[in-house]
Amino acid sequence: MACLVNSSAFAFSGISPLHSRSDSVSRRSNFPYRTPTTVSIKNMPSKQDALRFPPLCQHGGTTRQGRRKTLSPIKSMQDHEALPEGLKPELMPKHVAIILDGNRRWAKEKGLSMELGHLSGGRVIKNIAFLCNKWGVKVLSIFAFSTENWTRPKEEVDFLMGLFEEVGQTYMDEVTRYNVKISAIGDKSKLPEPLQELVATAEETTRGNTGLHLLVALNYSGRYDIMQATKSIAGKVKDGIFQVEDINEILFEKELKTGCAKFPNPDLLIRTSGEQRISNFYLWQLAYTEIFFSKKKFPDFNEEDFIEALSSFQKRERRYGGNK
Amino acid sequence: MESKSDSYAGSLVASLLSRMRRFLFHVLSTGPIPNHIAFILDGNRRYAKKQKLKEGMGHRAGFLALMSLMKYCYELGVKYVTIYAFSIDNFKRQPEEVQGLMDLMLEKIEGLLKEESIVNQYGVRVYFIGNLKLLNAPVRDAAAKAMKATANNDKSILLICVAYTSTDEIVHAAQEAIEEKWGETQESSKASGAQNSDICQEKHKGHRTIKLADIERHIYMGLAPDPDILVRTSGESRLSNFLLWQTSTCLLYSPKALWPEIGLRHIVWAVLNFQRVHPYLEKRRKQV
Repeated sequence: MACLVNSSAFAFSGISPLHSRSDSVSRRSNFPYRTPTTVSIKNMPSKQDALRFPPLCQHGGTTRQGRRKTLSPIKSMQDHEALPEGLKPELMPKHVAIILDGNRRWAKEKGLSMELGHLSGGRVIKNIAFLCNKWGVKVLSIFAFSTENWTRPKEEVDFLMGLFEEVGQTYMDEVTRYNVKISAIGDKSKLPEPLQELVATAEETTRGNTGLHLLVALNYSGRYDIMQATKSIAGKVKDGIFQVEDINEILFEKELKTGCAKFPNPDLLIRTSGEQRISNFYLWQLAYTEIFFSKKKFPDFNEEDFIEALSSFQKRERRYGGNK
Repeated sequence: MESKSDSYAGSLVASLLSRMRRFLFHVLSTGPIPNHIAFILDGNRRYAKKQKLKEGMGHRAGFLALMSLMKYCYELGVKYVTIYAFSIDNFKRQPEEVQGLMDLMLEKIEGLLKEESIVNQYGVRVYFIGNLKLLNAPVRDAAAKAMKATANNDKSILLICVAYTSTDEIVHAAQEAIEEKWGETQESSKASGAQNSDICQEKHKGHRTIKLADIERHIYMGLAPDPDILVRTSGESRLSNFLLWQTSTCLLYSPKALWPEIGLRHIVWAVLNFQRVHPYLEKRRKQV
């Protein structure tokens, strides 16, 4: 749900994010994007610029004549395509986590606004989620908004909150169609009320879905997660559910927000934009995670880069402190 | 005569290298110097295999590299150095290797206490961090002795993580924090002579008041500030359950060199990268 881009934000002068033609949004009956009314676009991107992402849905796209194909329902998100060459299915990570860094720097480099940077990043999330589902990754975590991001300029924070809401409303049908389960992890009580309601609805609606489990970290940090787990355990000790001596790593891990996922600990963490740090994302959960740092800014992170990260992961020897 | 001149030449070269190193550190010091560097000493066994050494010799070579590295760090002005010497997970290794590591640790801890050791040269206070109950008695006693013997050193600090994992550290801190709060709540109830229902309310409030500071007070690594740089050798890019709580904003650096191959150039590179990101991280810290 996070930064899934609403690319027709650019369409007010007929720019198509998918095509070089300026087809207007209204003519595409199955076009998945709606113009967000609240986004303010300060700089116009060129048609060549930054918007050339491959269509997300393999069943969509356009015909040669530029008419949009009808999107067919996807029965199962495990419907299949072979992995790219070089990747082995048995070595695919079960849980991939991403720190989506570099949206603003990317926009600045291209002379675009901060808003466009985030929108472009959101588009990449959607692509990655699709690829994860296609290739058998079970859980995808995205660090959408950190507890520390509240210190950003108000304009940016308001834009992001608005964007999360817009995206959630826009893509609920598609999420359902793709059988994706959504969970928002973080201190949701600090989010704007409409977003809290939307999150609750999204979680409820997708609770029974069995495809990719998308964990959206909203107002989350690793230390917050450990603190809330400690408080939760303290409450249970108080209520006599268990004793202090019973507290162990297995019990503690279940109390973390990632306890809602079948595979709570990422096998692979990807951080873009070249910065080599965790920035208070998962802490406990990264104990044995393989970390891949990509120099590319997040909006430039494409399928090839994702394959490179997966390939690097598959080559690593994971010893967990023991023998080979 | 030849051996005297050889040793004279050798000490001249060593002296020259030392002066060059100090000059380099002087130049680096024009920028911010990390206060705390942590190391995951990975690659000793692969080094032994690569150099066709006997089993166990890789760890000894690793120890020599550690001594050099400590010297570089303390000369540069790094106050805290933390090393991941032995993980709780390492107990899963072959018993012979584990025993060999315990014996090596015992030998080297005793070496640290000698007059001419680097610890006394640089005024280093040594701490052993971890679930020390898991260690055998001789190593545990030697560690306690080393901590006591260096308690008056105050120039720099060496934290040696043994029988340590971060998840064990966090669980331990949570247990201690909960027990402490539970104890405070019970004491305040007794002192006030409250009725049963009031005791229940006090207990209820007690569990709500666990704060970040409570965890940080009980965490093993609470003796030191969070690391500025975490270096893991051998090219592996993972934390292996080391300092998970503490490395939330730390620069991660994973040179391809195996631990016994680590050298001055790696430290210099790590510090230069730290200096590059330091202004941004300082700004973020102040905002938060």
